[in-house]
Amino acid sequence: MKIKAPESISFAETSFCPGCGHGIVARLIGEVAEEMGLTEKLLTTIDVACSSLNIDTWRFDTIMAAHGRPIPTATGIKKVRKENPVLAYIGDGAAYSIGISETMYGAIRNDNVMVIVVNNGVYGMTGGQMAPTTLEGQKTTSSKAGRDLSKTGNPFDIVKAIGQFDIAYLARGSVGNASDIRKTKKYIRKAFEKHMNNEGYCLVEILSPCPTNVNLGMTPVKCAERVDTVMADYYKTGEYVDKGGNI
Amino acid sequence: MKHILMKGNEALAEAAIRAGCRFYSGYPITPQTEILEYMSWRMEEVGGEYVQTESELSGINMLLGAAAAGARVIATSAGPGFTLFQEGISYIVAADLPAVIVDVMRYGNGLGDVGQSQGDYWQLTRGGGHGDYRTIVLAPNSVQENADLAYLAFDLAEKYRHPVLIGSDAAIGQMVEKVELPEMIEHDIDKYDWSIKGCKKGDEQKKITNRSYYMDNYDTYLINKYKEMELNEQRWEAMQIEDADIVIVSYGISSRVCIEAVEAARAQGMKLGLIRPITLWPFPVNAFKDISADCKALMTVEMNILGQMVEDVVLATGNKYPVYSYATVKEVPETGIIIEKAKDILEGKGV
Repeated sequence: MKIKAPESISFAETSFCPGCGHGIVARLIGEVAEEMGLTEKLLTTIDVACSSLNIDTWRFDTIMAAHGRPIPTATGIKKVRKENPVLAYIGDGAAYSIGISETMYGAIRNDNVMVIVVNNGVYGMTGGQMAPTTLEGQKTTSSKAGRDLSKTGNPFDIVKAIGQFDIAYLARGSVGNASDIRKTKKYIRKAFEKHMNNEGYCLVEILSPCPTNVNLGMTPVKCAERVDTVMADYYKTGEYVDKGGNI
Repeated sequence: MKHILMKGNEALAEAAIRAGCRFYSGYPITPQTEILEYMSWRMEEVGGEYVQTESELSGINMLLGAAAAGARVIATSAGPGFTLFQEGISYIVAADLPAVIVDVMRYGNGLGDVGQSQGDYWQLTRGGGHGDYRTIVLAPNSVQENADLAYLAFDLAEKYRHPVLIGSDAAIGQMVEKVELPEMIEHDIDKYDWSIKGCKKGDEQKKITNRSYYMDNYDTYLINKYKEMELNEQRWEAMQIEDADIVIVSYGISSRVCIEAVEAARAQGMKLGLIRPITLWPFPVNAFKDISADCKALMTVEMNILGQMVEDVVLATGNKYPVYSYATVKEVPETGIIIEKAKDILEGKGV
């Protein structure tokens, strides 16, 4: 079988785990860029850890930024290369924990960048520790009895945080099943369109499976099912900030 | 070009603009805030980008993005804020990016205080962030040098694809002196073959990250880069050291008093000399070769608690002479006391 993929996907060897959602998200970005004729213009910043593997699996000019800082780094690029689309690609630990200030301030300044947050509910690369998005009772290597909200507070919901901000776009998609993947691609496309229209900060969070680490290890199929049920119950998908326009 | 009167911080900012710098990120902190304020309107005037970021941490990482995109960039801070820059400086080194980063030194550990001091010498010259690296560190001692060295810093950063630090201080930043400003040049953000522009079909993808990931012999590459800097970039001013019994070593605001001390001591028949490092790293070891074999001792005059520069002077002179330190911490050293200290050394009393 011949595998088809956008120009921007390199097929380089990768260490993404079987059943990981990152590859799907990267492909969606590649497809949208190609469809919009932006493959040769898109500049990206990626976080460290699992997100960083994209530097070899896609062909966009890319900066591997410091942990939690891809958003200001993307803003720095955009400031001096206004003609290029600029996208920051980060995980939930980067976006909502160590980089929460950067995520919020990108929104407060309404920086003209696209942000893709891949939310899998754990710190993946370091072996499955509790993340700001880990759900109540979810077992991780640093919450072995399950996340205790009395100690940690509630799982972080970006919609509650910036859902009322004056930004260009905020949506949450999922790559747990084919239908959601198609919908998520539309969200990404809309973010690109608004970005090319210089409307401001566009953030798309994407729920994604991490079979290696979620619940201390699951099969890829079970983990994807969990994204569609347990995760999507708490983190509702849909569009939350959208100044004009329809999908 | 006529001389004009300018505050040190503002002269530095204007020189950066004239060097073609079109990106500034920063956060208010005394005693460097005038740079930020100046950039806030001046960048707009020249079509550059100014961002007052939520923190120095965000600012330095934003600057990294602009540098990788090919712009000439500067970020400025002081003391506690300069510490927050360290994460980004280490990443900028790792990715081989040119950038100019300024520490207008203020007093103390922790919050310290807003007044003059030279306590960041070690942080400036030893790397400052994680990992093992060096950076060129320029130490101006006048408003004119704040302008000249800022202008030069961009060329050095570009030449070596490396961050260049400017270790100014509160006194130099706040004082008003005459200055002749350098000419305005334009910088082309497309001139580098390594910067990110968008990957055209068939082109090699630009990966701005730790260069060690994609380079064979990165360690040797980095060592050689620093050897080249040590060979080419030592800068200093020397004053009557060939016959000096005591050679003072001093930089920045402290060195201005030392110049006066050497003149006053010579008038009294006492043979003082001065080496003023202009690059704190590479430390100007070549300057010390001209010291007489009959020299009795060296003495650093600096404004910090621990006499931070002493060990560099010991290394530069190979333990050939005793090295003393007269460190005043918050107050600018006084000419009379410098001469007294030198006399004490000559009389075997130490400092």
